[in-house]
This record gives sequence, C-alpha cells and structure tokens, in this order.
Amino acid sequence: MLWFKKIRATGTLDSQTVLLLVFLGVLVVLISVLTQGRILHARSLQALAFQLPVLGLLVLAQLAPMLTGGIDLSLISTANLAGIQAALILTSFSGWYAVPLAIIAGLVTAVMVGIFNGAVVSGIRVPPFIVTLGTMILVRGIALSITKGRVIAGFPREFLFLGGNTLAGVPMPFLIFLACALFLAVLLKQTAFGISTYMLGSNLIATTFSGVKTSSSLLRTYVLSGSLAGVAGVIMASRFNAVQADFGGAYLLLTVLACVLGGVNPAGGFGKVSGVLIAIIILQITATGFTLLGLSAHLANALWGIILLSSIGIKRAVSVRGAEIK
Amino acid sequence: MLSNLRLKKLFRHTELYLLVVLILLSALISFLNPRFLCSENLFDLLRVSAFIGILALGQLIILISGGIDVSFTAVAAVAQYIMGFVIVQHHIDSIVVAILLPIAIGSVLGLFNAFLVYYTKVHSVIVTIATLNVFHGMLVFLSGGRWIHNLPVTFRNFSRIKLVELVNERGVSYGLSVLVGFWILTALLTWFILRYCAIGRKVYAVGGNPEAARRAGINILRVQLFVFTSMGALAGLASFVQAQLAQIIQPNAIVGRELDILAAAILGGASVYGGSGSVFGVILGVLLVSVIRNSLILLRIPAYWHQVVIGLIVIGAASLMAYQRKMRDRRASGSVVV
Repeated sequence: MLWFKKIRATGTLDSQTVLLLVFLGVLVVLISVLTQGRILHARSLQALAFQLPVLGLLVLAQLAPMLTGGIDLSLISTANLAGIQAALILTSFSGWYAVPLAIIAGLVTAVMVGIFNGAVVSGIRVPPFIVTLGTMILVRGIALSITKGRVIAGFPREFLFLGGNTLAGVPMPFLIFLACALFLAVLLKQTAFGISTYMLGSNLIATTFSGVKTSSSLLRTYVLSGSLAGVAGVIMASRFNAVQADFGGAYLLLTVLACVLGGVNPAGGFGKVSGVLIAIIILQITATGFTLLGLSAHLANALWGIILLSSIGIKRAVSVRGAEIK
Repeated sequence: MLSNLRLKKLFRHTELYLLVVLILLSALISFLNPRFLCSENLFDLLRVSAFIGILALGQLIILISGGIDVSFTAVAAVAQYIMGFVIVQHHIDSIVVAILLPIAIGSVLGLFNAFLVYYTKVHSVIVTIATLNVFHGMLVFLSGGRWIHNLPVTFRNFSRIKLVELVNERGVSYGLSVLVGFWILTALLTWFILRYCAIGRKVYAVGGNPEAARRAGINILRVQLFVFTSMGALAGLASFVQAQLAQIIQPNAIVGRELDILAAAILGGASVYGGSGSVFGVILGVLLVSVIRNSLILLRIPAYWHQVVIGLIVIGAASLMAYQRKMRDRRASGSVVV
C-alpha cells in the first residue's frame, strides 16, 4: 500500500510542476512574441541571470521554514544587516584579508539572527510568524542605528566581483544561486535533517514520537534560512555596490508568494526546490520582459499576484473535480 | 489563598500587563521629561496614532476570526487615491464624500478578498499577499505614481477642527483633533459589535474552532464577508485620516507598513491563531508603540532605536505568553509536552 501512496504523492506534486511549466511556457512564448524575440537574446538572458539571484536566494531562504509550517519574516532585515556588517569591515580594513573577512562576518551575522529565531521558535514554542515579525523589526532597528538611515557605498573591486562579474559568460551571482539551490535540494532530499524538516511540517506530534529531535531540527531550519539570507545580503551589497538598512522591503512578501506558487504548502510538509526554481524563473521573466516592453515594474507586481491567484484557483478546481470523481 | 488565585486570574489578561507597562513607562518618561504628560503632547500623540489605531482595529477583527490580512495597506492606498482623484477632478468640495467614498471603495475590495479566501480555501495571508500586489501594482501603474496636491478647501480645513480646545502658557491654542474622534467612534463600534452583536460572537466562534462553528450552523461565508469587509471599510476610513494628516496623497505612502501595524495588533494580545483578542488590548498595543516612539523623541534618543525597542517587546511579550502556555500544558498533561 505504501508504494501506491508514494506514487500518488509524487503524482500530485508532478501536476503542480506541470501546471508551472505550462505557465512558464505560455509566458515565454507571449513575451517572446511581444518583444519580437528580444527576451531570448544573450544580452537579455544575461541581464535576467544578474537580476534573478537576489530574489531567488531569498525565496530559497523562505523555503525551509515554510516546509515546517513556519515562516521567516525577518529575511530581508537579516540580509540587509549581513550586507551592512560586510560593508563596515570593507570600509575599515584595506588588506588582502578584508574581502574574505567581510564575507565571513556578513554570513556569521545572518547565522546569528537565524540561531536567535530558531532558539525562540524551538525552545519557547512561540509561533514563528510572531517571532520573526519581532526579529524583522528588531534587526531592521539595529541596522538603522548602525547606518543612521544612510547608505554605505563604494567597495573594493575584489568584493564587487561576486555580484558583477561573469564566469564563462555566466554571471557570478547566478552561479552562487545555482550552487545554493543544488545544496538545498540535496540537503532536503538526501539527509536525515531534510526529511525531518518535511516531517515537522506534516505532523509535529507524530514526528516527536517517532524519535526525531524536533527542537534541534527546527533550530537548524531557521539557521539554514538565516544563512541563505546572509548569502543574499552579501550578493546584494556586491551587486548594488551599496548597503542600506531598508533595501528590498517589497521582496519579503514576494518570497512567500514565490514559494506558494512553486507548490509549497503554507501549512507545511510539501514543496520541492525544483518547483520553487520554476516559480522564481516565472517571476523574473515577467519582470525582465516587462522592462524590455517598457512597461511599469508595478504592473509586473500586479501580474505576479494574478498568477498566484490563478494557480491557486486552478489547483482548487482540479482537486474539487478529483474529489467528485472519487 | 483565594486572593492569590484571584490575582493570578486577573494577571492572566494581556490587557493588564500592557496597562501596567504603559503606566510604568509613562511615569518614567514624565519623570525624565515632564513635558510628556502635558495635554498638548498627549493630544498630539493621539492624533498621530489615529491612523494606525483604526487599521489595527480592522486587523483585530480579522485576527479574531483566525485570518491575517496584509493587503489592507494597498486597500487604503487605492481607496485614498480614488477619493483624492474624484474630489480634485470634479471639484467636489464636500467632506461627506471624502469620508464615505474611501469607505465604500475599501468595502468593495474587502468583499473581493473575502470571496477569494472563502472559495480558494487557502490561508488568508497567502491570498492577501497576492491581492496586495494586484491592488498596489494596478494603483501605481494606473496613477503613474503621481501625487495629488491642491485638495479642496473644506478638506484642508477639516483637519483643524478640534474636539476640545485649550490654550497653552504661550497663548497658542491647541486641542484634541477631530481625527481622534474617528478612532474613538470606530473603537466603540467595534467593541459593541464584537461583544453584543450575534455576528461579533460568531467571529470569535469561527476563530476558536471553524469546524465546530460550521457544525453549530454558523454560515462561514457570511462571517468571512463581515470580517474582510469591515477591514476594507476601516482601511478606507483610515486612509481618509491619513490624507487629513498628510494633506497630500501619494500612491506609495501607506504600502510597506502592513507588518508594523500587524505587530501593534499582536502586541495588544490578538492571537494569530484566532479566537481571542480585545478592542481594549489593541488600543493599548497601538498606544504603547506610539508612546515608545514619542518618548524616545522627548528623551533625545535617535529615533532608529524605537524599532529595536518595539522588536524586543514583541518578541518578549510573545515569549512570555508562549512560556505560560507551555507551563500550563505541562501541568495539565502531567508528563509529555510536545
């Protein structure tokens, strides 16, 4: 019976992927026709690969907490604080060690925020929505008090390499993003920690009684989320050559939107890196396409909302029909 | 023993904690800077809080029903912009239209949210993230991001109306703004509906246990329609108040603050799991946020720190409540706690 259930489970996940691929296909065709193929030029694709990683990494960071049925609202604040930490080191040291030190310090800062979130969520069992809402405000406040609301800009060329250079024509940030996605996919699918993440989201009590250390798994989920936000923060700093306490606030709810569009169940337990990757590409291709067409980025925002609503609607219609057939 | 028990029962209420914190904080600040307690400062504090206060009341109703709405800032922005556009374009010099029009627009958008949440059966936070993008994206696209200045005369003069008028020692008159009156009226109305009307009790029932409420014969769709339309209407009213305070209408002024306003409602004891929360608590939550901001200004501490303080308070308060619940569960179940 178990193998049957397994096939059925993969079957439903596949229908989500199929739906997403259809969406993506329609969009690519539509935008190619409208832009007369300009979206498929090497230059447009390269621009797309430069723009995608920041949102992409933040969405990957949102994925793990959402799989456990939680959420991380502090992602953007964490990314900004990591960038600011890196910037502080870059502006105060000048030796060869400044760049690696800045990157490490940025990541460590983000991991520390993750540990804090994870400790409060797993130790005191405060709902993740409230904890991370509090951390979002707290971390943004810390970042604001460090920068006094100003922009810190102008970093050495060795640091800008991360966000602005290409390797064999492929932008560096895109390579980093792919590496992170691959890492996350392997982590979630192949390791005990990854499987416990899914289990936490499907049934917390059953997971506890099956001998999984739920507290440490939850803690690690938020550390993972924090560290990916840290990577995003460092890349943002390098790509924009500037850091600020409240960059990219609009990205926060978009990460949740992208995860749900990618087939992640907001209640936890279901969702794959591959689905989320397609969702990110859908979002970025509309944004880049709209820019090429000279349309407002805000119209792309509206379209993202409509895409999410229609994907929810279609899924709902399919599941209602499925239930009726049974 | 008995008195101890009664005291414990009393102190379980979030409102009392908040009130104690608020009083202690106010005492401390007025000790450091006596200007805090003068009525001029307090009136100003209330005036500035009215906008967030009204929005937090709407959010309270949604939170009690077990939902979360993050699209209300976009709803407010849309309602405000259309109102401004209509009264400037058609030279409608009427304050009644300026108040009722955004409320009507907000209600319609709220209705739209309600139907989506009910029929998709997806958690309202997800649905409203989508509608937030749709509403705001369309607004900025269609308006081209243009600001609306030169609002009509009555609109400009309305914000100067005072409910109570006093004169300070320098001979300058000041008073309690009429905008605070909107907040007080909405609070009374919300309190009355939630406490004494059938629909208000149903909101608590649905939030406490939706399945039990459905089996008891409560029409869930009607409750959803009520909560989201109320939020929309209050977002419309709040957008009027914000336009009065700013005297300029910008499509980007309100959106982006949704989570900070949500935090004020949660600070007031509204549960994100639904079923609990009170008007009094949410008012105290909003006041606490405003008092902290105001006191930092009076104490000449850089304003950036106020977010650090509020973040810490949100985490601390939530941790305290969760810890108490954990202890209670442990006592109740005896041994295993998940």
